[in-house]
Amino acid sequence: MSAVLTIDNLHVAIGTTNVLRGVSLTVEAGEVRGLVGESGAGKSMLGRTLFGLLPANATVRAGRITFEGRDLLRLPDQERLSLLGRRIALIPQDPMTSLNPVRRVGAQLTAVLRRHLGLSKRAALNRAAELLADVAIREPARVLDLYPHEMSGGMRQRVLIAIAFACDPALVIADEPTTALDVTVQRQVLQLVERLRLRHAAAILFVTHDLGVVAKICRSMSVLHAGRVLEEGLTADVLTKPHHAYTRALLAATPRADRPAEALKPVPTVLIEGLWAEAHRLDRLPSMRPA
Amino acid sequence: MTEILLRTGQLGFSYPQRSSSVFRKPALREVIRGVDLAVARGAVLGLVGESGSGKTTLGRLLVRLLEPTSGGIQFDGREISHLSDAELRPLRARIQMIFQDPQSSLNPRLPLSVTLTRQLQVYGRLKGRKDRRDRAADLLHLVGLPTAFVDRYPHELSGGQRQRAGIARALALQPDFIVADEIVSGLDVSTQAHILLLLKELRARLGLTLVFISHDLSVIRVLCDDVAILQAGQVVEHGPVARIFAHPQAAYTRQLLSAIPLPDVEPGWLDDTTPTARPQQQGSAA
Repeated sequence: MSAVLTIDNLHVAIGTTNVLRGVSLTVEAGEVRGLVGESGAGKSMLGRTLFGLLPANATVRAGRITFEGRDLLRLPDQERLSLLGRRIALIPQDPMTSLNPVRRVGAQLTAVLRRHLGLSKRAALNRAAELLADVAIREPARVLDLYPHEMSGGMRQRVLIAIAFACDPALVIADEPTTALDVTVQRQVLQLVERLRLRHAAAILFVTHDLGVVAKICRSMSVLHAGRVLEEGLTADVLTKPHHAYTRALLAATPRADRPAEALKPVPTVLIEGLWAEAHRLDRLPSMRPA
Repeated sequence: MTEILLRTGQLGFSYPQRSSSVFRKPALREVIRGVDLAVARGAVLGLVGESGSGKTTLGRLLVRLLEPTSGGIQFDGREISHLSDAELRPLRARIQMIFQDPQSSLNPRLPLSVTLTRQLQVYGRLKGRKDRRDRAADLLHLVGLPTAFVDRYPHELSGGQRQRAGIARALALQPDFIVADEIVSGLDVSTQAHILLLLKELRARLGLTLVFISHDLSVIRVLCDDVAILQAGQVVEHGPVARIFAHPQAAYTRQLLSAIPLPDVEPGWLDDTTPTARPQQQGSAA
């Protein structure tokens, strides 16, 4: 297999605080890689670095991000912008705030198609209707005329998925796309993402805190904590034979509907404190100091 | 015989929908329909449902933040459905609520010493300024926070610590009955387990009766004795947790259980084309 995305030793700091401490990971063509972490792990920062959406006081201190053979971090702005939304797409977390509330769904979908694929207005509208049909929205022609507030959360998430796959991307960054949804809707949305991924032969970097979701949709996974990848491998291996104590602790702390209450073991506080101490020790190494 | 602390009979709640014309009587929208529940003293009842099922409305009815439009609620043998604010006042000390988002339910401008003891002050149970700090420190200790946090403000706490403070606030008046609405849903897995075990321990230690509202059946299993499954304002199934998880009767319960992604690799989970849980709500507001 060939890699679509290779992140190599990525160091990112916001102000003087390190948020990514040498992250390396690879997304192979056509695979779904899970990026698992709790809040503060740096998983959103990784996504934002890929999209060049870091806050103004953030700096990439070291590392390389290679996408389809090109170094994303050193690409001229114009070239990078032409990749985003077209070759690299995003499914954002929050279906409530990620669509423009004052523009109809149709206008938002066709904007992407016209900008990146150069379609005419009419062609873009037809294609938009097809895309909505692809994400299992009935009466797509009618939905094109709706405003986001006229739709349920599940439907809005489908529209965002349609936008992500609109230009046949090679890589989709899915940032906790089902966190805000009910379980039954979550399952439908995951099934939909899987179907579209296969059809478009896209790879996905699936960012989530939910080990259950990872188990169902990701072939491989990386466990992130304090800006470091603590463990990675095939999902089937990591979940059944976790090497790192943190991964084992996360699994034991995940409530399961199929197990009695006594099975739940919270993550030991000393473990978390130890991991942060280790991260801060790394920060003091000469290589981690600002240049 | 177990003593029933809280019982509802054919409880209903509806509100008028926006009318198409100011001259027409607005149609009623029923949010809760014919709910019969009983919570034994010292027991934990889980209320599960998806968004729009009415679980939060039901929770608010139980603590009488809302007044039912039909049916009744008995608390400790007394009908409380239509009590006035003044009549409710002594009961409010015994019935408390913990909210989903401690970020917005703790006053950002007050230190914890004030927030945690405000109710004690309102009910005249504080003896001076020194007492306030002592009582706040006791409450913090009870929920496993350092007593030095009395001078902290909510923004100085992590998410898990804030939720502990929210629990401490609800415990201040030593209530018999607490409704906890989605109190772990915003937390990380590692924090969530700590909060669940804290509630378990407090319940055993203080003899609390709890109604625990959640969209997450896995969390219910950890904490609850009984569970009631809510769909479109009605209870579709109600019974002991062990039985319902092992032998769900209602089709909707089975559907909810099967939709939970367990952290086990399961090829085929994504190909499953079970009929959709509910009709797609096209063109309707969420």
